[in-house]
Amino acid sequence: MIWVDTIVQGILLGGLYALFAAGLSLVFGIMRLVNLAHGDLIVLGAYLILTASTVFGLNPFLAALIAAPVMFGLGWLLQAHVLNRVLGADILPPLLVTFGISIVIQNGLLEGFSADSQKLSVGALDSASLALGPVTLGVMPLLTLISAVAVILILNQIFYRTALGRAFRATSDDAATAGLMGIRPRNVFAIATGLALVVATIAALYLGIRANFDPTIGPARLIYAFEAVIIGGLGSLWGTLAGGIVIGVAQALGAAINPEWQILAGHVAFVAVLLVRPRGLFPRAND
Amino acid sequence: MTETLLSTHGLTAFYGDFQALFGVDIELHRGETVAIIGANGAGKSTLMRSITGQLRNEPAMIRSKGEAIGTLDAPDVLARGIAMVPEGRRLFPSLSVEENLLIGAHGRKGGGYWQLETIYEMMPILRERRHHGGTALSGGQQQMVAIGRALMSNPEVLLCDELSLGLAPVVVKEIYAAFPKIRESGASIVVVEQDIGQALKVADRVYCMMEGRVTLSGPPGTLSREAIHDAYFGVSA
Repeated sequence: MIWVDTIVQGILLGGLYALFAAGLSLVFGIMRLVNLAHGDLIVLGAYLILTASTVFGLNPFLAALIAAPVMFGLGWLLQAHVLNRVLGADILPPLLVTFGISIVIQNGLLEGFSADSQKLSVGALDSASLALGPVTLGVMPLLTLISAVAVILILNQIFYRTALGRAFRATSDDAATAGLMGIRPRNVFAIATGLALVVATIAALYLGIRANFDPTIGPARLIYAFEAVIIGGLGSLWGTLAGGIVIGVAQALGAAINPEWQILAGHVAFVAVLLVRPRGLFPRAND
Repeated sequence: MTETLLSTHGLTAFYGDFQALFGVDIELHRGETVAIIGANGAGKSTLMRSITGQLRNEPAMIRSKGEAIGTLDAPDVLARGIAMVPEGRRLFPSLSVEENLLIGAHGRKGGGYWQLETIYEMMPILRERRHHGGTALSGGQQQMVAIGRALMSNPEVLLCDELSLGLAPVVVKEIYAAFPKIRESGASIVVVEQDIGQALKVADRVYCMMEGRVTLSGPPGTLSREAIHDAYFGVSA
């Protein structure tokens, strides 16, 4: 029965990875931009929540409500004034620019907050759990997974049920023709990156509550996110959730066999999936 | 004299160092259908791309009701009531037929004659296929979606680039059958065509282009076969 518990814990952990990955997947799906600063932007979000929570004496959940619109604005500005300038047929300039942004954020956070690790505390909820037969579910990990499903559900609704979503998909298909329809691709991209950073803020909230964070942990979160996106199939949001869960379960199983194997097992699962399904589990038909 | 909706004045266009248009002057009056004919590479599509803001120009080279619009980008040109059915249809593969039509109304403010219902009345097959992927249709049906999509912005000027390209003659006839209805709705039309016969049938006036210049223009009835042949191919028949 211990294996059932391990797999369930892995699925819950997968929720966190799916949250890391959803913003990355959104941006990639719409503008084919791989944002190497995504992990650092999540960490920046965690520090924003920490600051709002400390300054105003708020619960991290409420502090995240303050951080989210700030992060949306930051994403909008970042895309409108920096990333839009380098988007084009060549994929290298945006990679270099986001790599640079990653370094700037890490060093800025080191300067502002020191290298000390931090944590967001939600009091008794931190360690609350529900016992379901042989399985014990932590309330926070459960909330993380529920939030991941909710985020992906909402993003899918936006994508497939709203005029904004139509504009996202049309721009992703063919930005020049979208322009003929009165859509301004650069505005669409800026809104998409703003939205991605709102999702990153939600990821940051659960990251900060679950574990310690410091300015240097962004790149590792990026790798988990990236693996989840690739496993799921580039640009597919439900695939991203599945990808997060695959990595979460692999890590939990690896850790159960030998604690040193946790991270390795996640990467091995990534490679294994790619060997069998090179385009991921749910590839988009027109990629 | 009816109002001039759209005009170009000594329009030039470049792809890098390559000059594609050499001082093109055309006019479209309210209520008119104008055809632009010419062989491959004559500059017809470049002219369309220039008008719709996809190629940069001098401001005064293109005018909409007298206003200089040569430097506007595509969404701003659409906001002036100039919509385009692009060459090759260019439907959005991620969108269904209905979504492709709806996206045409993206920049529209308020109502107008063309709504989903009026498009479906004119082209009933699109209602049947409205939940299909836009690119899962036949070429002719895709062309209908592309026309409907452009009409959804309720344009004053409809630019149609190579509607007949790659379509069987019977399908082309079906497509052009929609034109009287489009004209009735108040839109003026510019068609770019390689199919001379089709162009002469629908147009009030014709411009013939060759190598980036207008070589002949006038109402179809006043142009002889030989004159068109010369203007089209640059050699005497």
